[in-house]
Amino acid sequence: MSNVVTPVVSSTPRSLRWRHLRSLEFVVGVLLTATMVLLALLSPLIFPDQGTRMDLAARLVPPLTQWAHPLGTDPLGRDVLERVLLGGRISLFVGFVSVAGSVIVGVAVGLIAGFYRGFWDMFLMRCVDVQLALPFILIALTFISILGGGIGNIILFMILSQWVQYARLVRGLVLSLREREFVQAARAFGVRDFSMIRHHIVPNVLGPVVILMTLNVAENILLESSLTFLGLGVDPQTPSWGGMLADGRTYLQTAWWVSVIPGLAIMLTVLGLNLLGDWLRDRLDPLGRP
Amino acid sequence: MIGFFVKRLLQAVFVVLVVTLFVSYAVRLSGDPAIMLAQGAGSVTEEDLRNIRIGLGLDRPFPVQYFEFVKGMLVGDFGRSFLGGTPVSRLLADALPATLSLAACSLLLSLLISIPLGIQAAVHQGGPIDQAIRIGSLVGLSFPNFWLAIMLVLLLSITFPILPPSGWDGPVSLIMPTLTMAIIFSATNIRLVRTSMLETLSAQYIMVARAKGLKDRVVLYKHALRNCAIPLITYIGLQFGKMIGGLVVVEKVFNWPGMGTLAFDAISARDYPVLQASVTVLALLVVTANLLVDVAYGLVDPRIRNR
Repeated sequence: MSNVVTPVVSSTPRSLRWRHLRSLEFVVGVLLTATMVLLALLSPLIFPDQGTRMDLAARLVPPLTQWAHPLGTDPLGRDVLERVLLGGRISLFVGFVSVAGSVIVGVAVGLIAGFYRGFWDMFLMRCVDVQLALPFILIALTFISILGGGIGNIILFMILSQWVQYARLVRGLVLSLREREFVQAARAFGVRDFSMIRHHIVPNVLGPVVILMTLNVAENILLESSLTFLGLGVDPQTPSWGGMLADGRTYLQTAWWVSVIPGLAIMLTVLGLNLLGDWLRDRLDPLGRP
Repeated sequence: MIGFFVKRLLQAVFVVLVVTLFVSYAVRLSGDPAIMLAQGAGSVTEEDLRNIRIGLGLDRPFPVQYFEFVKGMLVGDFGRSFLGGTPVSRLLADALPATLSLAACSLLLSLLISIPLGIQAAVHQGGPIDQAIRIGSLVGLSFPNFWLAIMLVLLLSITFPILPPSGWDGPVSLIMPTLTMAIIFSATNIRLVRTSMLETLSAQYIMVARAKGLKDRVVLYKHALRNCAIPLITYIGLQFGKMIGGLVVVEKVFNWPGMGTLAFDAISARDYPVLQASVTVLALLVVTANLLVDVAYGLVDPRIRNR
């Protein structure tokens, strides 16, 4: 394989004025993500009741009408703000842990498959076939409806279905890195396989992996919330964004805020991560492949 | 050439086998459907349960049951629903057209949105229009699909009661689910159009077409669009699995009488033959779409065949 540089029209320089927009997006992305993560970490300390406290005298209070409930209350008189803040814990936890798991498995398999080819490579490519053909949500539905939901099972299914993306990405990168001069040179110097992977291969695959991770956390937050919304995820007693939306849907006619606010929380979190991922892609992968 | 098709076909068959194996194994993990069926029938003896199991074919070993399932699938026989005993094939025959029409309408609307926008973004690469379209698609990408569906219901059936909130109420019912899915699809499709358009626009024949003095519109929509159709179809084919996943969730929100709703109702009723069949058929749909895309690509572009 030769290193042909694909001619891309993007040699047109972007006007400098619009580069500032990019940095603004980065700042917004970091702020949104950091705020959501901080709130998720701190909320259990602020609200020791875990969002279960009911104020039956103040049911379905609209937002911005009572000091005690700035974002209103749900049909059981539970504070919407409190539950939204607590709900972030679940979504972010599932998002980050599932991606960390997929990265560990996927990068390891991808490195081995790309570096040594052979059995692992064949195994990986068949997994890629299956993964591309499967609507994840359907398989997850089948298993979760039978084995039960819960955070553990959701994370497990996300890892099972998503490690392949990382493995495929890393394998492709390793295949082309193997042929590069610096790797060939290191090999000629007798560098051992392990240290070759560690010092020459891994640093060069990190960028694209980080981009994929950022977007993947966003995607998994969406997935978790839709599974919970459908009643297949986190236990309905625990405050979670998907669960709040499912509760609120019945009261859409009378209490819009119960469905609007958790959805906005999901959207802002995911938007923050997407902005960050997009910025990283612009920085680390200038060809801008989809 | 034939080798390529045979290879792709074998891969597709392999994937379908893995899916059916997964699904039927999962269904067997679920515990005893006989107990579920017997519930509400008053006093049930062990004898009754055994008879129900034999009636459902659950007394045989898993490989035999799996073989029977695949054999039945090949002739379009998916068994009978646990509820009411309707043949599953009839339920599928009702639900599949509903899902396919929703998918087709959403894809079409999404292409109508994303092709012009994607082209504009590519033409004005780096400029304000490109940035606005990019940010718009990022926002679209951040919508939870079911929440977007709920928000549309809130807007178009509650605040301004123009459209029916759910179910099948004549062709107007198609509007809201289609709109939801089209917005979600477009967020990805705009980027795909933009990227493949950028690649196409750098080709020499585009420069030639421009040099001939053709109008911009002709160059873009006739010369460039046709040539970026192939990568575009491939990308969309690759996304098809995810699209079906989203469709299934949105169907449930709108109670659209399609495969997704069928599958969810089967889950809550623990109606395993229906669940098994609907998941299999949806996976089959995705595999077929991928296969068709690959084969079409192979026919058009000889480079792919030898990969």
